[in-house]
Amino acid sequence: MRLKYVLNEVLVGLWRNVTMTIAMIITMSVSLTMLGASVLMYMQVDQMKDYYYGEIEVSIFLRDDVTEAQRAAINQAIDQNSLVQSKEYETQEQAYEKFKVLWRDSEDFVKSVKPDSLPASYRVKLKDPEQYQAFADQIRTQQGIQDIVDQRELLDKVFKIFNAIQVMALVVAGFMALAALLLVGNTIQVAAYSKRREVAVMKLVGASNWFIQAPFVLEAVVAGLIGAILGFAFIFVGKVALLDGRLQALMNVLTPIPDGNVWLMLPLLAGVGAGVSAITAWITLRFYLKV
Amino acid sequence: MIQLENVTKTYPKASRPSLDDVSVGIEKGEFVFFIGPSGSGKSTIIKLLLHEVAPSRGKVVVNSKDVTTMRSWKIPHFRRSIGCVFQDFRLLPNRTAYENVAFALEVIGKTKAVARRVVPEVLELVGLGGKEHRYPHELSGGEQQRVAVARAFVNRPLILLADEPTGNLDPDTSIEIMRLLDRINRTGTTVVMVTHDSNIVNQMRRRVIEIESGRIVRDQARGVYG
Repeated sequence: MRLKYVLNEVLVGLWRNVTMTIAMIITMSVSLTMLGASVLMYMQVDQMKDYYYGEIEVSIFLRDDVTEAQRAAINQAIDQNSLVQSKEYETQEQAYEKFKVLWRDSEDFVKSVKPDSLPASYRVKLKDPEQYQAFADQIRTQQGIQDIVDQRELLDKVFKIFNAIQVMALVVAGFMALAALLLVGNTIQVAAYSKRREVAVMKLVGASNWFIQAPFVLEAVVAGLIGAILGFAFIFVGKVALLDGRLQALMNVLTPIPDGNVWLMLPLLAGVGAGVSAITAWITLRFYLKV
Repeated sequence: MIQLENVTKTYPKASRPSLDDVSVGIEKGEFVFFIGPSGSGKSTIIKLLLHEVAPSRGKVVVNSKDVTTMRSWKIPHFRRSIGCVFQDFRLLPNRTAYENVAFALEVIGKTKAVARRVVPEVLELVGLGGKEHRYPHELSGGEQQRVAVARAFVNRPLILLADEPTGNLDPDTSIEIMRLLDRINRTGTTVVMVTHDSNIVNQMRRRVIEIESGRIVRDQARGVYG
């Protein structure tokens, strides 16, 4: 009976103030979408770092006028270096072949590059990619080296962009969350005011505090849950429509987002949405419903 | 049943206390009037007994429970042993007489079956048999107050507090409400009534405690308004 009473009060409460309820749900859902997207991106960047950092190599480009003796010395220096896991030598011809395959769509560009304008290089894989600087310092002293390039620097730039997007999404999520919280507070105030007579009688005849407060708190929780489900739907549709569809090309660069991670957003968003709403409602009631 | 020991209540920002070192004891089954001019502090006594306000000093004991030190989460349960009637009835306008009384039962966890058994009985007792399904606006002031009394009494409280229950009623209706309160008192319920209706006090000839400027100036066993 009491459960039925409470649930009925919740539905009546949400419906009585339906415009405010909708506003509350929309802000909540946008905020939670941003939160979810940002968490997904965080997990994604983490995963990509693991993947790409394992793959990266240090390229040692040789000067065009490098002598055979210098090359042999470099070769030996790399072989003797304790940081190196494996190395591969790429001649000018091999580099040119690779280049032709890579740019096969732009014939004019390929024609403008001569086979000997690309440098020969060593591709070195380090045991620990983090040790790049130490390795570079040891090799740099050799004669005949034009440049030492770490792919890591390039990747770091990409990850910086991801991080910036992620921070932006979090900031937006924060602002929307603030708006959502104020709306929850306001909705609860309005609900408490419209039921002030009932509340007064309940206090008078000794209804327990939870019984008086539960319908209000549940009202906020239900709105929070609906907002979370909507937010999850936005993320899911966004993932399917953008990453799997229109921006598929990007997926060759990104590691694929596992569906499990996306589904993980549902309990996360539901928990955050319901929890935050409940706490806000409860605090609001402390002020407007002195028991 | 009710014990006030050296109770002083000063509201924030008030220049003088509403109740000033008041001590009084009320036995089980008594019918007591608190009288005095407006602002004398008599309504504060009701609020103290309900634990709506806490005393600034002193001790309030109701049903042998020390209200002053009671934990706040115990207050709702404590209030179930006290019925309360006010000058403005405090009925829910969108509920019938039956529903108003049943509401008081349901929100403290009684089942609908209990309500169906108990509510018609108590409405009959207060003389509203046959008017169960009227809304407050379809009832006269006296009838509305009867609904309020029914709601206060439906839990068979040990104490019934009445804060100017006849303040909005004409003299004839007031007498009827007093007869009702008298009948409830005869069932063993302690009745504490705050009023400044001299007619009623003079007719009932019950214990009268007069308060002036927060102090008890008279406590008479079978008193008149004076």
